[in-house]
Amino acid sequence: MDNVTTAEGIAHAEHAGHDEHELSFLQAYVFSQDHKVIGIQYAITALLFLLFGFTLMMLMRWNLAFPGRPIPVIGNFLGMANAPGGIMLPEFYNQLGAMHGTIMVFLGVVPLAVGGFGNYVLPLQIGAPDMAFPRLNMASYWSFFLGGIVMIASFFVPGGAANSGWTSYAPLSVIATDGQTWWLIGMIFLITSSLLGSVNFIVTTLQLRAPGMSFMRLPFFVWAQLVTSFLLLLAFPPLEAAGVLQLMDRVADTSFFMPSGLVTGDGPLEISGGGSPLLWQHLFWFLAHPEVYVLILPALGIVGEIVANNTRKPLWGYRVLVASVIFLGFMSFIVWAHHMFLTGMGTTISTFFQTTTMIISIPSVVILSAMFLSLYGGSIRYTVPMLFALAFLPMFGIGGLTGLPLGLTAPDIHLHDTYYVIGHFHYVVAPGTIFALFGGIYYWFPKATGRLMNDMLGRIHFWGSIIAINCVFMPMFVTGLAGMNRRLYDGGMQYAHLQGVLEWNQFMSYGAWALGFFQIFFIFNFFWSIRHGKKVDDNPWQSTTLEWQAPSPPPHGNFTTPPEVHRGPYEYSVPGASSDFSMQGQAPGAEPAKV
Amino acid sequence: MEIPYTVEARPDTGLNNVKLGIWLFLASEVMLFGGLFSSYVLLRVGAVEWPQGAEFLNIPIGTVNTIILIASSVTMVMAYASLKLGDFAKYKTYMLATVLLPVLFLCIKGYEYWEKVSHDHLPSHSTFLAIYWTMTALHGIHIIGGIVVNGYFWGPGSKMWHIKREMFENRVEAAGLYWHFVDLVWIFLFPVLYLL
Repeated sequence: MDNVTTAEGIAHAEHAGHDEHELSFLQAYVFSQDHKVIGIQYAITALLFLLFGFTLMMLMRWNLAFPGRPIPVIGNFLGMANAPGGIMLPEFYNQLGAMHGTIMVFLGVVPLAVGGFGNYVLPLQIGAPDMAFPRLNMASYWSFFLGGIVMIASFFVPGGAANSGWTSYAPLSVIATDGQTWWLIGMIFLITSSLLGSVNFIVTTLQLRAPGMSFMRLPFFVWAQLVTSFLLLLAFPPLEAAGVLQLMDRVADTSFFMPSGLVTGDGPLEISGGGSPLLWQHLFWFLAHPEVYVLILPALGIVGEIVANNTRKPLWGYRVLVASVIFLGFMSFIVWAHHMFLTGMGTTISTFFQTTTMIISIPSVVILSAMFLSLYGGSIRYTVPMLFALAFLPMFGIGGLTGLPLGLTAPDIHLHDTYYVIGHFHYVVAPGTIFALFGGIYYWFPKATGRLMNDMLGRIHFWGSIIAINCVFMPMFVTGLAGMNRRLYDGGMQYAHLQGVLEWNQFMSYGAWALGFFQIFFIFNFFWSIRHGKKVDDNPWQSTTLEWQAPSPPPHGNFTTPPEVHRGPYEYSVPGASSDFSMQGQAPGAEPAKV
Repeated sequence: MEIPYTVEARPDTGLNNVKLGIWLFLASEVMLFGGLFSSYVLLRVGAVEWPQGAEFLNIPIGTVNTIILIASSVTMVMAYASLKLGDFAKYKTYMLATVLLPVLFLCIKGYEYWEKVSHDHLPSHSTFLAIYWTMTALHGIHIIGGIVVNGYFWGPGSKMWHIKREMFENRVEAAGLYWHFVDLVWIFLFPVLYLL
């Protein structure tokens, strides 16, 4: 049995055809309950949303670079209400800003990192036939899809989409146009989706581990997903509560977030008052700070897998990594108010959150250091996934370290709400998380399709993107330190103190458009490689974890023989072993599978 | 490969998938209502004046409703116990009570709502009434969810008992855990809104 597990599992890969009863097209590809199909649905939908959200940003960058000038070609299609004569109105800029944030975070990165990679890879890595609740898994995807449709549709309601920032701060969001109501309804769908997903992930990880897959044998990616799921499970519901309260404020004229005596351009508001705008911020950031770790943890997991595989040595300090991730998860629940130092909530509270923020930087640095130490002494293979993983490390480092001054109350007074903040968190999420996700796509693409993505196109995509993305975000630290506010639709041209840094606006915009250009190589590569990529066997990267033991693409039920686990996740270059990788399912003493 | 531990417990965790899943779901529900109760506390301590619940709400009616929900929790336990003892007929009776009692609860709640509306005590009237309407309505939606699920296990879903007995018992147990949670929320809501 032991020997059979790997050897036959791989030998049987060719006839992956499974004797399942035939499914109709709708059942197999649309309303599928197979975690792999759902994972791919999530991934492709999320990639489309990422592209859409990025397109919104490229439009915004036009107005920042050339304020008041008509947008060429595209400007004609934006409509009179948004861009008369092709010139973007400030109201429309606000919509784009709010929706860029919302779409990138809730419809792009999280669904790709958790819904896409988590769904596809996690059950395979723990040796499970599927997720624990396949039907819930399908419901999770469709709830996400509906939420996305509601968000997109909100662009077409009178007054346009939500325009109060992705944070939807009250009272502005309460008196905003109808798009905000759609935003809230969309969020409720998305929260439901992530709730169903996170329950499913946790149960799957705890219950469906293959025989021998103890917790300390779980790949780091699985640990990262598990902690992420707990964050989603426990942090999202308070935002749902907040969303319901804000919906009541908007629809039933309550005053949960509305203070007394509020006056707008139309005169005093007819409300009972007595509410607290700060309450919204507390509830929002109670979700949204753990959400930051939801964005970053799966990326760290992916990078861990790719680094171990391409350095051909075990991840440095696996146990420390696991402990750090768990500690990070706990701490992420008590740092939220560092987003609110300037709200007047009081210095005592600020000091508390400043302290916890400094503490949470420790496990983050531990994880990053462990990744760097993993590189030391390895014979690194510079594959395309590895390039993205290697770029992730310093980029995430820049993002993390620039966050420290923001977490201290004194420098935050100067830096709050400037482009410095934008630069900081984009370094974490864009060349950080999104690069890791690109790396993950190049890495697991052969598992999902049986073919490699084109190497040359991948390298062009990588080098173009890494240069362009730094041109976008690095100058933000400069303009931010100079005091450029993050929400100015004309890039701050009216301010005397910004005249010296305005030229960076055009530079950053060219960077953003160049970044967009280099994504064409990825998009083409992705679709072209599905049919024309180089055919490879089940384990093209000579990896150790269980997913590479399944056929490519894995059939329904995943494994041809039930896997059994005999060793830890990263046994690369084990002294005395006959090959430089020992797969988790390979019994001690057994010959490694020929690949 | 079949999905393991759908019915039997996994030895090292001591749980089956359903039970672990429902507990995790309840954990998120705790956070949902926890967020609302925290909002209540923050709004109340920040308010210039806050009415006594009795100024707007009818305490005797609230008490009756509390008793009804606690009774439905008891019948839920009895229903599950009857299943475990193999007495399907008794299960049907108790489950029917578990479905009908919250319907009665909702009728009484509806009367309370109607009374509020007729006195123009709408959510926009004051923050107290706003939080009253929001929290009881959200709780009411949870009650409706419970009625649907329990109704299904009383009616069409109960056929499963004859085919996959243990799986059916697990499902009823999960529905019961959810139902007790919904009752528990009310047990917090009642004193917080009506009595304090």
